[in-house]
Amino acid sequence: MNLLLDLSTPIVMGILLGGLYSLVALGLSLVFGVMKLINVAHGDLVLMSTYLAFSMMTSFGLDPILSLVIGMPVMFVIGFAIQRYLLNRAFKISMEAPLIIAFGISIILQNFYQIVWTPLSRGLTPSYAMLSFSIGGLNVPLVYGLDFAVSLIVMLALREFMKRTYVGQAINAASQDRGAAQLMGINANRVYAFAFAIAMVLAAIAGVFLGLTFPFTPQSGVSFLIIAFGVVVLGGLGSIAGTFIGGLVMGLAQTLGGYFIGTGAQMFVAYLIVFIVLGVRPQGIFGR
Amino acid sequence: MPEEPLLKVSDINVFYGGLQALWEISLTVNTGEIVAIIGANGAGKSTLLNTIAGVIHPARGSIEFEGRRINTLEPFHIVSRGVCLVPEAGRTFPNMTVRENLNIGSYNSQARGKKMQNLELVYEHLPVLKERQNQLAKTLSGGERQMLAIGRGLMSDPKLMLFDELSLGLSPIIINELYRVLREIRARGITVILVEQNVRRSLKEADRAYILECGRVVLSGNVAELREEEKVQKAYFGT
Repeated sequence: MNLLLDLSTPIVMGILLGGLYSLVALGLSLVFGVMKLINVAHGDLVLMSTYLAFSMMTSFGLDPILSLVIGMPVMFVIGFAIQRYLLNRAFKISMEAPLIIAFGISIILQNFYQIVWTPLSRGLTPSYAMLSFSIGGLNVPLVYGLDFAVSLIVMLALREFMKRTYVGQAINAASQDRGAAQLMGINANRVYAFAFAIAMVLAAIAGVFLGLTFPFTPQSGVSFLIIAFGVVVLGGLGSIAGTFIGGLVMGLAQTLGGYFIGTGAQMFVAYLIVFIVLGVRPQGIFGR
Repeated sequence: MPEEPLLKVSDINVFYGGLQALWEISLTVNTGEIVAIIGANGAGKSTLLNTIAGVIHPARGSIEFEGRRINTLEPFHIVSRGVCLVPEAGRTFPNMTVRENLNIGSYNSQARGKKMQNLELVYEHLPVLKERQNQLAKTLSGGERQMLAIGRGLMSDPKLMLFDELSLGLSPIIINELYRVLREIRARGITVILVEQNVRRSLKEADRAYILECGRVVLSGNVAELREEEKVQKAYFGT
């Protein structure tokens, strides 16, 4: 009985954290599903939203979640511009060129963050950051609960968007057969730009909630990318449900690994599971 | 009163993959016709259709639809003018349902307002699509996928439909069905260009035909005349 009660903490925390991890991975999964591009700058772009929220909080006292009202459109425009003017041209050059461009963006961003915000560890700490709430007798940080709730809402909203709007359907079609999509009247280039822009909006949301949950430095983008990557490997590409499951597995692997082995081994266990899945079922649990 | 042709291809030279595929091709299609383009494999029939649809742009010459030039436009633009290509093997979206495939057919701005109307029409002509509306396209049989491709094309509210090898690899029963649909499409006032390897069948359905050989038009005219032509008899009917 005691063991069960003890286990419930890492399990609940793992699930809540898993929600956040799936949110981080959504943008990466979308971009790969549509453009077959592994956006190695994804983590750093997520971090951009975190730093933007940080600046808005320290300069104007704007609550990070509220600041998304500004952050999301900004990231949308940045994403649209990156795809339309940079990546689009890179695709015409070669298959590898966009990857290299993404890498370049990643390096530039990391150094930019270093210069503007210094290597100091930061955090998004509004008044409610220290609050906790209870689930069935367990005390859990409020932020973790918010993370999970928001992830769920975003994933459901994204699924509805992809299914019900013409843009969403066009993105889906273009990712399955770009040529046939063009024959249906879809402007593939513009649709790709939209998809990337949407991925950036997802990254914007993820960035704020990551900043509320963990401290961050200019290098955090790398950790975010690795998490997103792990989630996508576990859950498979092209499936929102898969990304959710992948996130849960990552979160649980981390917390349970930490519980049974020790906090130092947390990430190791998570990565180990990713490694095993990659070997046994490379397309992921839900992958096609 | 002489009517302007619906589609006018004038002296186009088309290059594909660095090599010249079409030489000074000219053809016209009048509203309400079914025009067949026939020829052996590699004669350039698909290249011609792809050029009309805007997938390839001619290096020389022009293509006019309803009197307006389209040869410099992108495919998605040409669709909204009313030209729809049903590509070889249909190329339906495999991981979307029949209904979703049809929906995306009305993506272009001209067709969106008429989506429900056109859907009713499509289900009327192709009842099997209504039956299978929630099935994923990849689970359909070859003939059903081809029907879905036709239905999807109809959703774009076309004035001119181009069919690339409609009957390729399909059984005679299915082919009959497809041609039945084709005739119903024509009865609706949609003009048709048909590219087929099955010469006999396509000549049965068409009003006029163009015969392509090695990227050039070698013979053209209405079907009755063509059938009499000695060359055609020898080449395609073995007499």
